[in-house]
Amino acid sequence: MNSSTDESYHRWDAEAMARCGKQLGVTIEQQSVPAAQVMTKALRMASSKSLPDIIQFDASEMPTFADAGGLVDLKSIGLSTQDIPEGIVDFGSYKGTYYGAARSVNTLALFYNKDLLDQAGVPVPTTWDELREAAKKLTQGKRYGLALSAGGAEDGVFQFMPFMWSNGGDESKLDSPQVAQALDYWKALLADGSLSKSTVNWTQADVNDQFMAGNAAMMINGPWQVETLNTDKSLHWEIAQIPVPKAGDDSVGPLGGAILTVPNTGDEQREKTAGKIVACLSSQQEQLTYALNSWMVPANSKAAAVWREKVPELDALADQVAVARSRTAQLGAGWSSVSLALQSAFQSALTGESSEAALKRAQQRATSGN
Amino acid sequence: MTTPTVTATPAAGAAKPATAADPNRLRRRRRLAQWGFVAPAVVFMLLFFGYPLVRNVVMSFQHYTPKTFFTGESPFNGTDNWSNVFQDALFGKALWHTLVFTAGSLLGQFCIGLALAVFFNRRFPLGGVLRSLILLPWLVPMVVSGIVWRRILDQDTGVLNTFLDTVGLGSGHTPWLTSPNMALLSVILVNIWIGIPFNMVILYGGLQEIPKELHEAAALDGASAWRTFRSVTLPMLKPVVTVVLVLGFMSTVKILDLILALTDGGPADATQTLGTLTYQNSFVQLDFGAGAVVGNVLILISAVFAVFYLRANRTEGK
Repeated sequence: MNSSTDESYHRWDAEAMARCGKQLGVTIEQQSVPAAQVMTKALRMASSKSLPDIIQFDASEMPTFADAGGLVDLKSIGLSTQDIPEGIVDFGSYKGTYYGAARSVNTLALFYNKDLLDQAGVPVPTTWDELREAAKKLTQGKRYGLALSAGGAEDGVFQFMPFMWSNGGDESKLDSPQVAQALDYWKALLADGSLSKSTVNWTQADVNDQFMAGNAAMMINGPWQVETLNTDKSLHWEIAQIPVPKAGDDSVGPLGGAILTVPNTGDEQREKTAGKIVACLSSQQEQLTYALNSWMVPANSKAAAVWREKVPELDALADQVAVARSRTAQLGAGWSSVSLALQSAFQSALTGESSEAALKRAQQRATSGN
Repeated sequence: MTTPTVTATPAAGAAKPATAADPNRLRRRRRLAQWGFVAPAVVFMLLFFGYPLVRNVVMSFQHYTPKTFFTGESPFNGTDNWSNVFQDALFGKALWHTLVFTAGSLLGQFCIGLALAVFFNRRFPLGGVLRSLILLPWLVPMVVSGIVWRRILDQDTGVLNTFLDTVGLGSGHTPWLTSPNMALLSVILVNIWIGIPFNMVILYGGLQEIPKELHEAAALDGASAWRTFRSVTLPMLKPVVTVVLVLGFMSTVKILDLILALTDGGPADATQTLGTLTYQNSFVQLDFGAGAVVGNVLILISAVFAVFYLRANRTEGK
């Protein structure tokens, strides 16, 4: 079961499964449900003892399912983590056990409209000050300098992470000065008029629409938008790492992506076969095929090296992925309450409240939520 | 809570003849047949309304998490869920938003719906066509309306602000959905737009039922249009008004899809209602116990209203 409800993703997965099925002598059936329903559907299947043999979770949801005792340790059914960077192994692990094999990963980057930057003579920003300056210069008439999503869902939190983490903030201490500074930086961009006031109501897809319509010169977004961006041949975009507070800081983005897991069905034979299928689907060759199709970065470092040569325009993304952090590595199943508290906090702050007060309340809410 | 009231009526009626006289075979068979007709409804109600209701109440006293789906264990934790939810500042906010949303939506929908119904009650060219056109919002799925309105109300690129700017009304930068002070109002306005057709159609039907002679008599007595409306039309329309308001209340108080599509409960929780809070607790945070608590509060509110409705109906019947 996966969330490949888009026609193209469904087809790529079906093709990969057909290849692996042939190789292993099994037939694999693909079931796709909308991303937001994977977890609840899987839970219902668990209580009626009708779990599928493999579930593809969004990595941030995996800890909840693993914590409930629903997943099989992939190493116990023959998967290895060889050639997979440590960060990505952590990404698929919960409390030290490797539950999920990633085929590809993604993160956020700064997308910019090359023509607009050239016209205005603005260099690609690398620090917060430069980004603020560039965004101010690029804001003209109906066009904003920068677009990002501060929507009231996981989208907004995902986008806040690179600012919070690059500034040394931490999800377990939302009321720290580092987090407040990051939020103040967002507020400053908004106060400058470089960000649209609608930012609080935008999803990442909305941000992409604004960028493509020429309403924003730069945007924070992920590689899953590339296919849509490429449909407009007259748009010349490039990507860079997300600017950091001071020159020399690491640009730490959030790791995103789906992982293949084997649910605990109690049938050892089937679990072993499932393990083989996961191994095949996440093999170097399959990863590369999938990554080239979907514009995401392969999880396997050897596959990633080949990928870099084939898609040099997304080089910056591969660098960003190498240092990116998983949202749930530290909090595991507790992430969802922190995420909800944080959404409410940055929306309050962006619409007038002080960052400190909003974040203080968020921290209280996050701790009481557990 | 409405379930027992509805099913009890036929059951009580069926029981009477049995206690009255000697139970001969014919009578018993008749009673059996009566029960046979009632049984499917009773079974259906118990299965699809009674069970989930009871389950939801029980769940609100349990520690019900993702683990429960695997172990089947959901230990009772007394009133922990209830006190957690009631202590959460968000609950009070959501309750208030729900009340404002429901009252505002009903008021707007009803007044505009009634005005349109009275308007279309006269015959005029193209009246039929216009009346059917006004039904359109009702036909559009809620989520679609939500997404379309989100675009219309966009602060910078939305059609509404562009229009207001062009005709010189407002600054053209009204933060419809992006300001916590305005978002609830905007959501109510959209919901009014969605609810007008329903109110209009039912009230229009009610107006058609009022005998023409009454209006003619009032006109002969020299009553003004307003007086006729107040003393003839409204009283005659009362049963229909009750139905419209009760059905409107039921569908408005549990609002979820429209808000998720418009604002996702934001900005800064300004449009969280009991419906969205239930959704968030149960399906985002996966704390099903807490979700059940909010769900129960919602059911309780509806139940109180349903009792008023039944009582109003009964006095009317007498």
